[in-house]
Amino acid sequence: MATQDRFVEWLGDLAQTMAESQEHLTELDSAIGDADHGSNMARGTAAVAELLDGEFPDTASLLKKAGMTLVSTVGGASGPLYGTFFIRLAGPLAGKSDVSAAELGAALRAGVDGVLQRGKAEPGDKTMYDAWAPALAAYDEAVTGGSDLGPALGAAAKAAAEGRDATGPLVARKGRASYLGERSAGHIDPGAASTTLLLESAARTLR
Amino acid sequence: MKKLINDPKDVVVEALRGMAGAHPDHLRVDLDNKVIYRKDAPVKGKVGLVSGGGSGHEPMHGGFVGLGMLDAACAGEVFTSPVPDQMEAATQAVDGGAGVLHIVKNYTGDVMNFEMAAEMADADSGVEVRTVVTNDDVAVKDSLYTAGRRGVGVTVLLEKLVGAAAEEGRPLAQVADLATRINESGRSMGLALTSCTVPAAGKPTFELGDDEFELGIGIHGEPGRERKAMAPARELAEQLLEPILDDLPRSSGQPVIAFVNGMGGTPLLELYLMFNEVSTILEKANIPISRSLVGNYITSLEMAGCSVTLQTADDDLIHLWDAPVNTPGLRWGA
Repeated sequence: MATQDRFVEWLGDLAQTMAESQEHLTELDSAIGDADHGSNMARGTAAVAELLDGEFPDTASLLKKAGMTLVSTVGGASGPLYGTFFIRLAGPLAGKSDVSAAELGAALRAGVDGVLQRGKAEPGDKTMYDAWAPALAAYDEAVTGGSDLGPALGAAAKAAAEGRDATGPLVARKGRASYLGERSAGHIDPGAASTTLLLESAARTLR
Repeated sequence: MKKLINDPKDVVVEALRGMAGAHPDHLRVDLDNKVIYRKDAPVKGKVGLVSGGGSGHEPMHGGFVGLGMLDAACAGEVFTSPVPDQMEAATQAVDGGAGVLHIVKNYTGDVMNFEMAAEMADADSGVEVRTVVTNDDVAVKDSLYTAGRRGVGVTVLLEKLVGAAAEEGRPLAQVADLATRINESGRSMGLALTSCTVPAAGKPTFELGDDEFELGIGIHGEPGRERKAMAPARELAEQLLEPILDDLPRSSGQPVIAFVNGMGGTPLLELYLMFNEVSTILEKANIPISRSLVGNYITSLEMAGCSVTLQTADDDLIHLWDAPVNTPGLRWGA
């Protein structure tokens, strides 16, 4: 079970993670995109971290506000995608004070469905979805096997990292990298990389 | 990296402050929302035109706000699309009762954020919004396997032409249909001789050798499709025009508006030289140039290079092209 305090810790950790990874993400984005992913994510998650001193009636309202803040501050494709993820993540958690592993699973699924709906990506398009999809599967499998949400998120983060690395050889079919055609192969997708960071941060803090 | 900046994260707001100061008679700038408004917006009964995109392409879009062109432009961070809040604020502020047209370049981020903004504007205030997505870049194969063609040079011509139509009082449906028609009858292709440096990244987005150029470049420093050996301007002009002419829908003898655009780091001397090459090629192909535009209008920071846009013209478009325009970046007849 994760309490609201843990979610506050997660969002704080996420801001720190993105600030530290800013240069790395931007480097990945320079290769196949437009060199702004790191600064965008750092700016957005820093704005989310500023919310954390405020009072929120429940975890869901905190996550929804975080999502709206990301939409309002990140820009690019990542703003609507990550913003939608958090807004949808909040849905199934409405009214809950302690979030169970199964409840978080349902929320993650809702969040990822939101990402899919907004981005219209398919597996293998070389997008953040290539990290989300295996992460979600690994999470569900771990919970079915009896894991609590902390270890299940650990498994999800590990699967996301594998999904991220598997974007390397792919030819991009979505986003700005798709304009490169064959030349997009050989580079890790920056969105899959930031998704992995997000899940690693969750695994560290939600327990 | 040497740039005339203070802190990379303040670049956009400080530039907007400068823009407000430099054009007090024509523009009003909302620094919180990073929106540049035509001073007299909303104009009652006129369709409002809102565009926007990442900063770093100046004068587009903020420099095209004013009489006969845009009512508002939303400035994103450098090369990053603006966010829905900015677009919604702009949409509500410029609605003169006749609805608003969003002019969006086809980049995943711009499209998604404008989509969210249009949903919000409709839900929150009931402003009628129509959208045109420009996608004129023939460097990108329009297939299921990419995000589709990018919006580039045609965006500038479209903002001018549609701006004149809105100024004449044409209704939203007509203005939106005209915008779609203009997008469908224009094609562009660009090349880069150097990379640009995004202030927040601090180093060039890509490296190009002295003996190379990048064909089919986008406007965000994203590399093009092909890297080739540097060649004289005449050959470069041919390489830009060939895919445009292959794809431009036009009937024999129909004139074009020809646009040679600088990416920001190429002198006008070279742009005019390129225009000369373009007009020579078009003359041989029996394509009359009825109007032309040469200069830095849709730029990529300090990238060297250029793009060529051809827009099929008819009497109505030429009439709209000649109509008065008074903006920081484009001005004639007013």
